[in-house]
Amino acid sequence: MKDIKVKSTVNAAGRKVPLRINGEKVLPFMGVGKHLPEGRKYSPPIPSCIDYPPDGNKVVASLGEALSRCGLRDGMTISTHHHLRDGDLIANRVFEIASEMGVKDLVWFPSASFPCNEPLIKYLEDGTINRIEGSMNGPLGRFVSEGKMKGTAVLRSHGGRVQAIQDGEVKIDIAVLVAPSADSFGNAKGTGGKSACGVIGYAKPDTMYATRVIIVTDNLVDIPCYPMEIEGNYVDFVVVVDKIGIPEKIVSGTTEITKSPDRLLIAELTASFLELSGILSDGVRIQAGAGGTSLAIGVFVHEILKKKGWSSAFGFGGSTRYMVKMLEEGQMGYILDAQAFDLEAVKSVEDNPRHFPYPVFNAYNFHSKGNLTSMMDIMILGATEVDLNFNGNVVTHSDGYLLHGIGGWQNCLHARNVILPLPLFRDRIPVIVDSVTTLCGPGELIDVVITERGIAINPLRKDLIRRVKGSGLPLTTIRDLKDEAESICGKPAKPEFEDRVVAAIKWVDGTVIDVVRQIKTKNK
Amino acid sequence: MKKAFAGNTGPRVRSDCGVTLGITQKGGINIDLKSKVGALYGDSVSELCHEVLAYFGIRNADLVVEDSGALPFVIMARLEAAIKKLIESDKEFLPPMLPKNLYATEPGRTRFSRLYLPGNNPALMINAGLHSADGIILDLEDSVAPEKKNEARFLVRNALRQIDFRGAERMVRINQGKAGLDDLRCVIPNNVNLVLIPKCESPDHVKEVDYEINKIRKELRLKTRTFLIPVVESALGVENAFSIAGASENVVAMAIGLEDFTADLGVQRTIEGNESFYARTRIVNAAKAARIQPIDSVFSDITDIAGLTQNVLRSKALGFEGMGCIHPRQIRIINQGYAPSEDEIDKAGKIVLAWEEARKKGLGVVALGTKMIDAPVVARALKTINLAVKLGKIPADWKSQE
Repeated sequence: MKDIKVKSTVNAAGRKVPLRINGEKVLPFMGVGKHLPEGRKYSPPIPSCIDYPPDGNKVVASLGEALSRCGLRDGMTISTHHHLRDGDLIANRVFEIASEMGVKDLVWFPSASFPCNEPLIKYLEDGTINRIEGSMNGPLGRFVSEGKMKGTAVLRSHGGRVQAIQDGEVKIDIAVLVAPSADSFGNAKGTGGKSACGVIGYAKPDTMYATRVIIVTDNLVDIPCYPMEIEGNYVDFVVVVDKIGIPEKIVSGTTEITKSPDRLLIAELTASFLELSGILSDGVRIQAGAGGTSLAIGVFVHEILKKKGWSSAFGFGGSTRYMVKMLEEGQMGYILDAQAFDLEAVKSVEDNPRHFPYPVFNAYNFHSKGNLTSMMDIMILGATEVDLNFNGNVVTHSDGYLLHGIGGWQNCLHARNVILPLPLFRDRIPVIVDSVTTLCGPGELIDVVITERGIAINPLRKDLIRRVKGSGLPLTTIRDLKDEAESICGKPAKPEFEDRVVAAIKWVDGTVIDVVRQIKTKNK
Repeated sequence: MKKAFAGNTGPRVRSDCGVTLGITQKGGINIDLKSKVGALYGDSVSELCHEVLAYFGIRNADLVVEDSGALPFVIMARLEAAIKKLIESDKEFLPPMLPKNLYATEPGRTRFSRLYLPGNNPALMINAGLHSADGIILDLEDSVAPEKKNEARFLVRNALRQIDFRGAERMVRINQGKAGLDDLRCVIPNNVNLVLIPKCESPDHVKEVDYEINKIRKELRLKTRTFLIPVVESALGVENAFSIAGASENVVAMAIGLEDFTADLGVQRTIEGNESFYARTRIVNAAKAARIQPIDSVFSDITDIAGLTQNVLRSKALGFEGMGCIHPRQIRIINQGYAPSEDEIDKAGKIVLAWEEARKKGLGVVALGTKMIDAPVVARALKTINLAVKLGKIPADWKSQE
């Protein structure tokens, strides 16, 4: 591919970033809260109701027909949501159809990708897809890291995705949105049918801002599909297929807490830290992920709340059966839900009025008039690396390969207490490093790192340090943790990169906080 | 060309490596490294392999290393094991001994929980010291497959030098018979606090191990003591319990192993344990008579925490002072179970205070509530209080806090 010399600069985080990505001008990261765009939000073209069937029936025969009638052509941006997770059958199908139609240079703009999307590599190779602007997972990340994708990937947080849509940075031409239940007018929801996933909130900005919207369902219900998460007024076409997903891969039958004694130790330490620091209190607002360690923390926190007779005012999900248990036993007032991870969570959204969909459109978006994340007291997050300045990396591994998406991670850093329970090393690879391979979140927003070998509090949080002094918790410093990891594992070498930028990492406000460069592959 | 393999490989293996070595006549050292952490540690793994081969005087070899994130001491142990399958050598390639690993322990220290670690599985060893067990047992016996016995020795030796077990008593369970005596050669020079003697049936058995350890200690001029725990696992061992307990001044505790014991009796092992009641009480009695600690058998269902809790309470009631653990999750239950409860400490405190009060007043007989207290009751209460102080459950000046 031709190599255009692109000017670059060093951003406020000290990372060298280009000033143009995929031919478009981009802004370098200026610091947390420093970039405030002005003007008006992007708006999609004006539709008129008389262009749609008066009987409200928007069903067409096939996805291919819907895509043709949406005017699918070269260079368009196609969006999808990821609520069917690793069981999604439709996203890949869209590009298979596009390839059959001979369409080229599409941009795929998913809210996340999964290992099930590996077949798309074929369409990246044959030119159907120019690039992915979304999360990179497993094989796709490897493909991109090795410099094989034509365009440059752009990774955004869940909130950053909404921001990019509202800023007009990404203009969605066609949104193809799977829905476990929908009616012929296009009203749709995440419950019901054989492919229930609970909620479909990630699709909200796509419905509102895309030029064309296609709903794909395997459960067509009578009008109205109620309670609708997607309103038919935004929808152009409805496609009915046999199967939108593989149920056992959409939600796990059951989410399980970790069995690893080391991870359980980290979870216990985290729960003790929350209790002894006084962060955990009656009415606390909690958010944690669905990983095994996070779930264990949830269980331990639940026990503390019970013991004290306290209740969490609300939790923000990723919901799981453990959260549902807190709700049902009275230790959680409400679950505001962005996605449901297991069958019990899906059932709870359907049955329990205190458990309802709450899209990231409201919770994480930089252009919202206020953000749910900054209201949260406790935020439990992961990371692949944290450095001596508490900077975090979630997209690459220490070997330099791009293997994860950002998810809501950057958005969640704005919570009042951001806590990262992490193993000190994974298979000899230290998690605490001198400097993160890829910067995804500035250290000023990360408050506490909890490992099986000690707890390091960000020196900026003098209040927290004071509150846990003399508590008996194994307090240490981030540097001592790094030294301990290296004394056990040895000092790791650094991966080597080519100059070519293969992915841009956007901050929540749309500026470029870092880039990922192509891996230098050693001659074997 | 004869090839030798050592270590473990496979999709589920972590923190370990497998090495396949063939010594050649010419062509120098060729290393084929397949490492999960190659980008970060590939060069250092290769360098280390060159160093080890050179140390044993090997100049020409084909070496395949399949590395799933093994720490350097593991790679060293695997390669040394493979080398020694091909050549005779008395040399040892030793990783440095961490200075903080050079601690000694006391004969009477608490031994509520001792975590068993399979001697050929490095992944379970690395963080074992974080779970607050009183002792860590690196096992060379039943948890190691017969064909892996030899390589496990090198791994255990290196682990003793390189892993910080954070103050836990450093124990090794050796093999039975001659193999066990050979194990001692390899491990004793690396600050082993205590050796477990499996299938112990007679005092001679203890004396043989004790003699061998002393021989090594003298040769190497080691200053720290190595204590012994004979493990009684047969009907004959139970009959000889008291003489085993007194076989050496280094015997600080005696344990019972119920899997082998019930097999010897030809009965099923049950949760209630009626079939081993005699044996267990016999062990407790013999140990107490010899002024050492009686230690109970492991509880083998790691998912049954409630069952374990009950089992510990029954064991403590019989007089046992500790139990083996086969999973870190059992440690806390066991430590809490054998420690005196709040209620016991509270009652014991009242008894001691009432006794002292009576002594001051010159009274011979003391009553607490409606119950009479005599000397043995006070002696038991003092034991409880002293243990509670030692465990940090109450301060040494608890009387002034009342």
